[in-house]
Amino acid sequence: MDLKLDHRTEDRLTIVEVEGEIDVYTAPRLRELLIDLVNKGNFHLLVNMEKVDFLDSTGLGVLVGGLKRVRAHDGSLELVCTQERILKIFRITGLTKVFGIYASVEEAKEAHGRDK
Amino acid sequence: MATVELTFSALPAHVRTARLVATAIARRTGVAEALLDEVRLAVGEACSRAVEAHRLHCPGEPIRIELKDDSGRFEVTVTDAAPSDDLKAVDSSDGYRLVDAMLGIVPEMPGLGIAVIAGLADDVEVSPGPNGVKIRMSWPAAPTPNGLAAV
Repeated sequence: MDLKLDHRTEDRLTIVEVEGEIDVYTAPRLRELLIDLVNKGNFHLLVNMEKVDFLDSTGLGVLVGGLKRVRAHDGSLELVCTQERILKIFRITGLTKVFGIYASVEEAKEAHGRDK
Repeated sequence: MATVELTFSALPAHVRTARLVATAIARRTGVAEALLDEVRLAVGEACSRAVEAHRLHCPGEPIRIELKDDSGRFEVTVTDAAPSDDLKAVDSSDGYRLVDAMLGIVPEMPGLGIAVIAGLADDVEVSPGPNGVKIRMSWPAAPTPNGLAAV
């Protein structure tokens, strides 16, 4: 499956919906979207990975790049993910300690609201 | 021993094809369903790394992938023809050091794909050579008399 991307803003949180495969072929599109969002002043991003079928290190690199960009503006980039096969790659690389990872968009929004 | 060999141009779009082929052959060879995601990801990482290296150093050269059923193991070897710059930069066994590197000032993440492979494959051997890098990985497969598992 190719990559489908969509985004919306709720309060101060920009939710990025990702569906399909994030790999060396498709990751540049996600990178462009994240850069564009940051350039337009969206510094609190929540990437919903629940419909992601496949994620490789190229995709991880894009997420880390996005995190570095929002942190430069005191922002945040957090994830929604409950799929074990996707979480595994975050654990292998130690990135579970870097990203806030939530079980649902609602849970992430609540946590974000508390942090505001 | 049953062997399948593929060569493909160094284009990102072909990595998905290589993943699909590897997963299909792993399943047919008798690799457990629970391991197929690991095979798919590890083979994808090895091929992505090779594609990126070829695009930098030798975009016209093909990448070779060999998949074989060998004595109860499913073995995949990805061979490229590019220098192994990324292999010198990172201790692939330590994800936490990778994170430090990623969040530091260095924008690139050399070696991340290798670290992922090391965390996934049951058995991995990375052999940098003067003419390129060979990554061999293997997983247990159900041994069958004719080399192919019943489907």
